[in-house]
Amino acid sequence: MSVHAPILAIAVPLLGGFATPLLAKLHRRVRDVWALAVVLFVGACVGYVAVHVFTQGIWVYVLGARQPQETLVPGGFPIRIMLVVDAMSAFMGIIAGLLSLTAFPFALRFLPEEEGKTLALTLGLLLLAGILGMAYTGDLFNFFVFLEVTSIAACALIGFRTWTSRAPEAAFKTMLLYSVSGLLFLLGVAFLYGEYGALNLAYISAQLRGSFVDRLALALFLAALVMKAAAAPVHFWAPDAYGEAPAAKTLLLVVNTQVSLYGLWRVLFTLYGGLWDAGVGWLVVSLGLLTMVVAAFMALVQTDLGRLVAYGAVSQIGYMMLGVGVGLVTLSSRPDYALVAMKGGVFHMLNDALTVGLLFLCVGAVEWAKGTRDLRELGGLGHGLPAVGICFLVASLALAGIPPLNGFASKILIYQGSFRLSPILSAIAILVSILLLAGFTRAFQGAFLGPRVEAQGVPGVFLVSMAVLAVGILVLGLVPGFFVEGVVTPAAEALWHGRALYLAAVLGG
Amino acid sequence: MIGNLPFVVCMILVALGLWTLLIKRNLVKLVIGVGLIESGVNLFLVALGYVRGGIPPIYTYAPTTAPWVLPTPQALTLTSIVIGVATTALMLAFAVVIYRHKGTLDTRKIRDLRG
Repeated sequence: MSVHAPILAIAVPLLGGFATPLLAKLHRRVRDVWALAVVLFVGACVGYVAVHVFTQGIWVYVLGARQPQETLVPGGFPIRIMLVVDAMSAFMGIIAGLLSLTAFPFALRFLPEEEGKTLALTLGLLLLAGILGMAYTGDLFNFFVFLEVTSIAACALIGFRTWTSRAPEAAFKTMLLYSVSGLLFLLGVAFLYGEYGALNLAYISAQLRGSFVDRLALALFLAALVMKAAAAPVHFWAPDAYGEAPAAKTLLLVVNTQVSLYGLWRVLFTLYGGLWDAGVGWLVVSLGLLTMVVAAFMALVQTDLGRLVAYGAVSQIGYMMLGVGVGLVTLSSRPDYALVAMKGGVFHMLNDALTVGLLFLCVGAVEWAKGTRDLRELGGLGHGLPAVGICFLVASLALAGIPPLNGFASKILIYQGSFRLSPILSAIAILVSILLLAGFTRAFQGAFLGPRVEAQGVPGVFLVSMAVLAVGILVLGLVPGFFVEGVVTPAAEALWHGRALYLAAVLGG
Repeated sequence: MIGNLPFVVCMILVALGLWTLLIKRNLVKLVIGVGLIESGVNLFLVALGYVRGGIPPIYTYAPTTAPWVLPTPQALTLTSIVIGVATTALMLAFAVVIYRHKGTLDTRKIRDLRG
């Protein structure tokens, strides 16, 4: 059983998602228990895979054969689909597992029954399956299929509230971007298939010669994944999407952007790792800077709490791109700085998942208590909901990178690494943090401070979900060393010089 | 050169689709634009898989004199078509809902979400 953990982490939520509407016919309680059981099972699988990968190295799981070597025809040409879980994939799996474990209990209480709760749970589980598929797969076409699974599930969740006029509009816009991104990715895969006749990521990576077609495919992959990861200049779908989706499900949309970013790292470091080019690194750095600056300025002028948090989330994507981009630029010339910056970028993915996740849960709690998210109408919630207020404050400070919270722990690594490349980069990153602090202070003041108002109390399960993330923020901020050494460094190194190990694990010797 | 003509046609289809997305302001036409890109990519995949005089390796007594064709591109295209149907259906469903709310399909008139 345990040898099948990687595929079970994908298959169980996929089948479990489709079984949810059937079980809902029996009883609502059966459905709720089922959804929770599936998420718990996925969490266990993801945790098991992570422990296995961090202790024993890359885990190659081949569909339809026991060993990866059995699928190699003479000449080292792999013919079956395989899942390849290295430290970076396992790290993404942990993020997805953690956020779904907090989002689903919250969602079970948050989603109203008459608004199609059953279907929202189904879509959430399908989205989770797609995310884990993207994180674990070692096959380019498979990656495209899971990319489209997440696109469809995510857009259906965004446009879920069809009775409002804004949700379908946000969903249409997002779906347009997602389908173009998926098709560009497929075109890139087709170019590589035409050139090398294979779809296996490791095999293509070993064969890659750097011809014109290869470079064209890289440009297509970059465009597709940057679009899906909500980086500027194609970030405009994200605030709409995050703002209109039910708050409890937005957490999964955040993981979805992160896993697209993971796909970008996989393409840049593992697939094209042999033909590394500083120009691509500079492109990632400049897109990252643009994303963080644009999103931080937009966050300042928002009047809707959900959209404000959404712009905060987009700006954090910029920090991850800056960290890993600096790593790409300096990889060959100054590997010591490169590793620091990349550790920062990778660590920031986990921190961003915790802080942005907590902020969206707070937005959900505020919406539950007052029925609105408009900052012009909110105020004084801190009296009635002190716990929500404290969580929002903690998460805002972490997002702005204030010590001793987790956002600081990863941003300091990004600042250090990028300062060595150019002080201007870290100056911009710090300025953006200050802007974000200003925006989120205003939001905290607008929503939670002021004269006491009547507010409906929030259920205990909301507070439990929020407390889990808040404790995570504090622990990662106070003792980051343990996590950086144990989890983040292997993940960053898996990207960095893990390419040779990745190829050897799949292709043998 | 003439052998590359199918690929050129596919790329023209993709470019037309992208152009449609950039200049059209009608939701249904935007969906058609995505459909054009999709057809271009699918045709490209099928064109890649074509081998002159090849034999499909789907029956046991296939002659070994002619080259066998790897059926992967056809499988990819089928998968991609199925996914395309799902995305197109979802987008058209959203277009219908937007039309019910706003009474128009013009993107310039339905912008609730700006900034």
